[in-house]
Amino acid sequence: MKSSVPTTLAIFFGLFFASVNVAPAQEAAPKPAPAAKPAVKPAKEAVEIKIGYLRAYEPTLALSVLDMPPRDEGVAGATVAVADNNTTGSFMGQKFILDVTEVKFDADVTAIFDEMVAKGERYVLTDISAPQLLSIADKARDAGILLFNVGNSDDSLREEDCRINVFHIAPTRSMLADGLAQYLVWKQWPRWALITGSHDRDKLFAAALRRAAERFGGQIVGEKEFTDTGTAKQTDSGIVQIQKQMPVFTQDLPDHDVLLVADESEVFGSYLPFRTWVPRPVAGTAGMVPTAWHPASEQWGGAQIQNRFEKASGRRMLSRDMSAWTAARIIGEAATRTQSADARKIEDFIRGDGFSVAAFRGQRVTFRKWNWQLRQPIFLGDGRGVITTSPQEGFLHQVSELDTLGVDQPETKCVLK
Amino acid sequence: MRNRSIALAGGLLTLLAASPASAFMAYVSNEKDNTVSVVDTATMQVVKTIKTGQRPRGITISHDGKFVYLCASDDDTIEIIDTATGEIVGSLPSGPDPELFVLSPDGKMLYVANEDDNLVTVIDIESKAVVTEIPVGVEPEGMGISPDGKVMVNTSETTNMAHFIDTTTHEIVNNVLVDARPRFVEFTPDGKQAWVSAEIGGTVSVIDNASREVVHKVTFEIPGLRAESIQPVGLRITADGKKAYVALGPANRVAVVNTETFEVEKYILVGQRVWQLAFTPGQKQVITTNGVSNDITFIDVETDEPVQSVTVGSLPWGVAVSPK
Repeated sequence: MKSSVPTTLAIFFGLFFASVNVAPAQEAAPKPAPAAKPAVKPAKEAVEIKIGYLRAYEPTLALSVLDMPPRDEGVAGATVAVADNNTTGSFMGQKFILDVTEVKFDADVTAIFDEMVAKGERYVLTDISAPQLLSIADKARDAGILLFNVGNSDDSLREEDCRINVFHIAPTRSMLADGLAQYLVWKQWPRWALITGSHDRDKLFAAALRRAAERFGGQIVGEKEFTDTGTAKQTDSGIVQIQKQMPVFTQDLPDHDVLLVADESEVFGSYLPFRTWVPRPVAGTAGMVPTAWHPASEQWGGAQIQNRFEKASGRRMLSRDMSAWTAARIIGEAATRTQSADARKIEDFIRGDGFSVAAFRGQRVTFRKWNWQLRQPIFLGDGRGVITTSPQEGFLHQVSELDTLGVDQPETKCVLK
Repeated sequence: MRNRSIALAGGLLTLLAASPASAFMAYVSNEKDNTVSVVDTATMQVVKTIKTGQRPRGITISHDGKFVYLCASDDDTIEIIDTATGEIVGSLPSGPDPELFVLSPDGKMLYVANEDDNLVTVIDIESKAVVTEIPVGVEPEGMGISPDGKVMVNTSETTNMAHFIDTTTHEIVNNVLVDARPRFVEFTPDGKQAWVSAEIGGTVSVIDNASREVVHKVTFEIPGLRAESIQPVGLRITADGKKAYVALGPANRVAVVNTETFEVEKYILVGQRVWQLAFTPGQKQVITTNGVSNDITFIDVETDEPVQSVTVGSLPWGVAVSPK
């Protein structure tokens, strides 16, 4: 880890020039640079700070039409943040530019990432899979580029696969599961049955729930897997099927207080509430759901960001939007505070001891320096509103109560490189 | 006609009831139930509840005490309440989502923060006309004005700046970076300093009005409370310039700060989520609005002891007290 530092510094020095928007001549790009733009600008002109957004997208379905992911999920949050940054930037002589690059869900992102680098993007928000992120992380590090993961909740990216130049704004599955578990324990509903979907990501969330049970004194009394056999959506005949299917499926679970569901793939989870064999609340990916943000949150100045977001995008703000907003605001905050567009100064500031941002979550949010995960409260809500936010009262920590959520420093497997 | 005479009689009764020595009326905006509670400061009782527009927040009173101005944020207007009748008698064109405002020392101009539109709107009260709109940072909130009326300060909650605005040219002359989510601005009576609270930063920045630089940061520490729960919001400085009262939000306390040493001399426990503050005329008392416990607390300025809490409406936000 140490040996890479001098190289990194040298590259940052080069970036100083790039950040004031002089063509990045130092970078030995394999292909010819695009037509040279005038390198010298009038002294009065604002300094440009380019923020890239790399997104792997495919349309996905949800069991309820109300839950269909909007086409611009995430991107809309970054757009609002860049507008916010530019309002502040108008007083600082700074202009922020957002450049969104979208690829197919499972595409190779390495070549497109090179193009983003060539365009002078020093900060890239990513909403891509773990393999995609790992395919560009080291390359980004060597080019002095900071990545901000806004859409991926894999714990592995913060643990065994952590990288020094990847800041994680989205919460991990373990943070989400811990936030949920704390509330259920606080409610004194400690016995949980768990139904897991058959896809990989469902299993990852189930693992996070099992870990949370162990940490906070919950007990998983029984488990079942729901195999995805291409279940019908809730159409005319579907609803009759589902109404019969779900009670029978949950009939043989041992007695429990809460039914946990791990179905990130949206195959069956949303069909569980009110259809269980015994009357029990549902939580996890359906029922009461832990999230980074809630579209109905109005606390802590939330009404303002929600209004601003709704005016800009015509819909309510979702978790991915909030993570992207926060990421772009972190870059903006660092540029404001350092009064600079110097990439090294901005990075040093973000990595500095006192760094925090206000992000409508009732307290400043900061980074865990051991893996660059953003500390943040977890919202627990249903489709209508916020039920509570975790950490719950009474879950104490010697550093920050937010570190009761997710993998803590003593247990981390992350070795930053 | 009949309605009017009843209202007049009501006003008269209020006046009569208020006649004992040093009785003033405190007007409390209740954000959640769209009302203003009128509290007699001598008897410490609610004497009237006025229905208002939606989401009433910022509240102030004309220097002659005749009119209360109220930001009805969700109605995008400022309502004018006649204090004699308790009726809404007009409105001012505030621009969208007015949250807080400040009256010029001569009482002629109202400077309004439009939270959703990154603007400060300047309104001429007599003509009820918008004089100009001044673009500021993201989520403008706090509004303060120097005692000589020459400079006005707006804080922007997401930009984290105090914008100093020349009231003659209506142009920003200085932008001063402060800590996160700056909420409120109050000048010292001598006009030499502007104090700016930062809710999420947890500090109060003291800005020198000559150099326009932060010369000191007041910090707070309460045993047994997490630093994150100490969130400075409302702020008032005594007329003699010696003490500053700072409402600390979810810390449920008001800090008393010595303006010479910048040290906190006392934390006064009041209601939950203490938000804004106002002195009674003569400054014998300071009144706090406690949003979550739905009450206001009277603090004795001489002893800095809480005297009494009075239940008002739902989510009390701001408070203004009649000058006589």
